[in-house]
Amino acid sequence: MTKIALPSQTGYKWGFSDDFAYTFKTGKGLSSQVVKEISHRKNEPLWMRDFRLRALEIFKSKSLPKWGADLSGINFDEIYYYARPADQQYSRWDQVPQQIRRTYEKIGIPQAEREFLAGVKAQYDSEVIYGSLRRDLEKKGILFLGMDEALAKHPDIVKQYFGTLIPSMDNKFAALNSAVWSGGSFVYVPADVHVDLPLQAYFRINAKQVGQFERTLIIAEEGSYVHYVEGCTAPIYAADSLHAAVVEIIVKKGARVRYTTIQNWSKNVYNLVTKRAWVGEEGIMEWVDGNLGSKLTMKYPSVYLMGKGARGEVLSLAYADTGQHQDAGGKAIHGAPYTSSQIISKSISQGGGRTSYRGLLEINPGAFDSRAFVRCDALILDPKSQSDTYPTMKINEKRVNVGHEATVSKIGEEQLFYLRSRGLSEQEAKSLIINGFIEPIVKELPLEYAVELNRLIELEMTGAVG
Amino acid sequence: MEASDDVGRCKSRVGNIMKKLRNSKLEIKAFKVRVADKEILKGLNLEIKPGEVHALMGPNGSGKSSLAFALAGHPNYRVTGGKIFLGKTDLTGLKPEEKAKAGLFLAFQYPVGLGGVSLFNFLKTAVRSQGEKAGASDLLLKLKSLSAKVGLKEDFLGRDLNFDFSGGEKKRAEVLQALVLKPKFAIFDEIDSGLDVDALRLIARQISFLAQEGTGVLVITHYQRILTHLVPNFVHVLVEGRLIKSGGPELAKQLEKSGYKNL
Repeated sequence: MTKIALPSQTGYKWGFSDDFAYTFKTGKGLSSQVVKEISHRKNEPLWMRDFRLRALEIFKSKSLPKWGADLSGINFDEIYYYARPADQQYSRWDQVPQQIRRTYEKIGIPQAEREFLAGVKAQYDSEVIYGSLRRDLEKKGILFLGMDEALAKHPDIVKQYFGTLIPSMDNKFAALNSAVWSGGSFVYVPADVHVDLPLQAYFRINAKQVGQFERTLIIAEEGSYVHYVEGCTAPIYAADSLHAAVVEIIVKKGARVRYTTIQNWSKNVYNLVTKRAWVGEEGIMEWVDGNLGSKLTMKYPSVYLMGKGARGEVLSLAYADTGQHQDAGGKAIHGAPYTSSQIISKSISQGGGRTSYRGLLEINPGAFDSRAFVRCDALILDPKSQSDTYPTMKINEKRVNVGHEATVSKIGEEQLFYLRSRGLSEQEAKSLIINGFIEPIVKELPLEYAVELNRLIELEMTGAVG
Repeated sequence: MEASDDVGRCKSRVGNIMKKLRNSKLEIKAFKVRVADKEILKGLNLEIKPGEVHALMGPNGSGKSSLAFALAGHPNYRVTGGKIFLGKTDLTGLKPEEKAKAGLFLAFQYPVGLGGVSLFNFLKTAVRSQGEKAGASDLLLKLKSLSAKVGLKEDFLGRDLNFDFSGGEKKRAEVLQALVLKPKFAIFDEIDSGLDVDALRLIARQISFLAQEGTGVLVITHYQRILTHLVPNFVHVLVEGRLIKSGGPELAKQLEKSGYKNL
């Protein structure tokens, strides 16, 4: 396969691809035949097959959203919707086909697993090919499975929650995902169980023009805690790929879930993801959403605060360089009294890149004594780049406390000069300013990811400015 | 070749300081500077020897801060004539960071804030960019002791650079930076504004120590007060982009009494 290094991707380390014999791949394009084929290959129960087929009809009936970014470049007929790299999931790295294993080793997953993770899922194109969970956690009743595996082993729980927060009707890409979904994680944490180290899922697109449509469902029973981390990379191809995931999270009474994403797709991936969390009484949901890669991202993780005293937080970080548009943000919907939400968005654009903050704050009648705070800061590094904000507020309850702040700044000449007068090169000065700008989000990441994120951004900067 | 022979016997930290500071006279020759289309400095000559303290005074708008910015290489200050040397290094036309690495330091009248970056992390980056390979823990120890010298509590090292600092705290932090970077030549632009009497005395004393270790110092000020604690070898008066008078410390006293009009 030819790899084409785009000029703006000189810093991208994960642009390589594996030449690989897939055990199965559907033909290009989308049809009910393709959907049936996927369901058949997976030996799914009938209800899931019907769910898929209904979703396909919804997908076909919905037009592309017009309110957001430019999606006209997606050619749905040119995409492969399902590519299976191996017929099974492995539980030991040495069993994983060598080429795939090497890729994950380059990315550093096995090492991270040894050092600071409680469990790992590695998805390669359409299927989860590796999975592990620490023994003691398994014994406590925690389930960390591939979504397909969960459907096979625990069909009842899956059926109870699957598609409840994000029905196929929600939007065109949720419908698409519902029709052709494959892989993703299923996490179930029993009541009062705390998972001390993060669970990590790693998503890799390898084949050209393959779409990845994983489906993740996390259920945190009362009083439990889990931190789930996902990372994603892909090779650099001249043709575009599509990633359309659906993530549903149920946070029950007094539980807490943190979901961290470091999205670093190559710059030929359309990344259109729907993420939603339902939060019960006194529950806490935290989204930490870092978007560095992709050609176009549209993603607004949301919290539905439905129980008294529920809390939700979205920390969104977006970085857009040449040829990139990050349309990101967060949504908080208050549906119960004494709830609180916070959305903090930080975006950086340079080299002609564009960042958009898009957010929704909705406080419904009866959600009295609730508090909400939205802050979006944009940093624009050069005159070619742009940033815009689309905040929406629907406040339908009087006894609430709502705050909103927004800033747009450019790297100031005076700031640069001050730093340079202390011996920092222009490059070092810019990096320092950017690191400072994103610090409120970086400090929320596990140390290993914080270091990685800073390094990534420095790398991007070097590629662009150096 | 700045290391003189007698340095060889002493390989300690002191030795390094001496090596860095010796023989670095600042020479400003026929220096002309424009901002936008306006000529601000109109052929300025000044020579400051290592360890000397010079005070620069003058009415508002006479070009004092412009001189400081132009020396440090601010891109808005265009040098249209003349030369600057620090020791044997020609600083004219160098980038700000190159000048800093050559040993020039400017304490800003209005230090710039930087959110999300602690004073410590900033200084660590600065010290390293100037070629010193200090370990983080060694540097932290050193900075803690230097903070005390300028009257800053240790916790300032962990706070965002000049972000929520008061005017006086910013000035103390500027002097702290000078102490840790040990420049060959340092300009203090109105370091005395915003400082109370005690702070002023403390800061002036630290700048004196810096000079005693060999750093050449230019103090830009409107007030004679700082010069009672930081006694200058020379006082210069800048008016409309030209040095119109130079003298000893008594000149500053005279100016305070009778202003610039009678010069």
